Amino acid sequence: MGPWIILIIMVTPKGEISKEIADAAKLCFQCGTCTAGCPSGRRTSYRVRKIVRMAQLGLKEEIINSDELWECSTCYTCVERCPRQVPIVDIIIDLRNLAVAEGHIRAQHKGTATNLVKYGHTVDVKENISKLRVELGLPEVPPTVLANQAAKADLDKILKATGFDKIVQE
Amino acid sequence: MAKYAFFLGCIAPLRYPGIEKSTREVCAALGIELVDLNDASCCPAPGVIRAFNKKTWLAAAARNLALAEKQGLPIVTICNGCYGSLFDAAYELAENPELLAEVNKILAEIGLEYKGTTKVHHFAEVLYNEVGVEKIKSAVTKPLDYQVAAFYGCHFLKPSEIKQVDNPENPHILDDLIEATGAKSMPRKQKTLCCGAGGGLKAAFGDVAKKFTETNLENMKESGAQFIIDVCPFCHLQFDGVQKDLGYNIPVLHLSQLLGLAMGMDEKQLAFSTHITPVKL
Repeated sequence: MGPWIILIIMVTPKGEISKEIADAAKLCFQCGTCTAGCPSGRRTSYRVRKIVRMAQLGLKEEIINSDELWECSTCYTCVERCPRQVPIVDIIIDLRNLAVAEGHIRAQHKGTATNLVKYGHTVDVKENISKLRVELGLPEVPPTVLANQAAKADLDKILKATGFDKIVQE
Repeated sequence: MAKYAFFLGCIAPLRYPGIEKSTREVCAALGIELVDLNDASCCPAPGVIRAFNKKTWLAAAARNLALAEKQGLPIVTICNGCYGSLFDAAYELAENPELLAEVNKILAEIGLEYKGTTKVHHFAEVLYNEVGVEKIKSAVTKPLDYQVAAFYGCHFLKPSEIKQVDNPENPHILDDLIEATGAKSMPRKQKTLCCGAGGGLKAAFGDVAKKFTETNLENMKESGAQFIIDVCPFCHLQFDGVQKDLGYNIPVLHLSQLLGLAMGMDEKQLAFSTHITPVKL
C-alpha cells in the first residue's frame, strides 16, 4: 500500500459531509479550470478548487466556518468549463445548506429570509412603488401571495414544514 | 396566440414596475397572451433561499409550478433568477420521481399536487424563439438609434446543459433582439461576466459584488454604449444602484423597456422615475 493510498484512507469523509456531496466532489481531479475562470476568485480569496478539495477531504468545520463559502455568485462559469462535469455550484449550495443548518448565516441573509417569511417575496413592499403601480394602471398590490392571505398561509405552511421558519427565528 | 402564465417575481413588481408594465404592453403588441399566475410567491431566489434550505426552495418552487400546471399553461418569467429557480426545479422534479413524491407530500398539506409537467420559459427566449426577430422588427413604430451594451446575466443561459438557450460563452440572441429595434449592440470584452449580485453576494459582500459590476461598466463604457440592456431585474438593480458610487452614469433598461420604447411607450409608462441612474433618452 503506497503512501497516497494510506493518505486517502486517512482523510476519507466520515459521514459528516453527506455522501451526495462527497460523491459529487470525488469526480474532481483538481485541474483548477474552475478557479482560473472564476470571477469571484479574481477579486477575492475565494478558491473554488480549494473548497471542492476540502469537501473531498471531509473538512466540514473548516468549510462551514469560512467566509469564502459565501463568495460564490453562482454564475456557473466553472460548471460550464469543468472537464469532469463536476456539479460545482450544486456542491457549493449543499455546503451552504450544511452551514446554515448549523447556524452559520449572516445578518443580511437572515434579512432576506425574513422578507420571504413576512411577504412571500425577498424584497419588502414600498409605498411609493404601490402608488406608481396604480398610476401605471397595474394592480396596486401585485396579484401574488401579497394579494391573497390564503395563498400566503399556504406558503407559510411550506416554509414551516421544511424548517425554514427556524432560520429566521435563530 | 401563444399563451403563458406570467410569473412576476419580486424585484420587477416591487422595485421596477416599469419592467412589468412594458412586458405586458410588449407582449400584447406581439400577440403573446399573459395570464397572471395568481397567488405565486418568490420563485424562491436560487442563490439565497436555495443556499439556505434546498427543501424549502424546491417545495416553494414546486408550489409555483403546480399553480401554473392547474392553469394548464407554461410559465414565462422576466427575471434570470426566477428563470433559474423555476427551470432548475422543474428539471429536477421531472428527472427524479422520488424527489417529486417527497415534494408532493409537502404540497398535499396545502391541497396541491405537482404532476411534473410545467414548462418554464424566459421572456427573451420566448421573443426570440416564439415571436421571432422579423415580427418584432415589424412591430417597431419608433426605431431607436442608440448604441447599447447587451447584458445576458448568468442564469438565463447557464447551466447550458439543461437550459440550451444559446451559447453560454458567446451568445447572440439578446443582441439580435436589441438590434430588431434599430439600436446597435456594441461588441465588448468579457460580455458574459456576472454582474456580481447573485448567490447572496450583493447582500453579504456588497463591495465584492461592486467589483464585478465595475469591470462590466469599464468594458461597457469602452465599447461606446449609451444604455445597458438587461433581461433580469436583479442584474438591473445591481447596475442601476451601484453606478453612482463607481462614477458611472449609463442608464439601465430591461429588454422589455427597450422594446416598449421602440413600440412607442413613453417615459412615464416605462416608469423611469424609479431608476436610480437617471434615464435620459
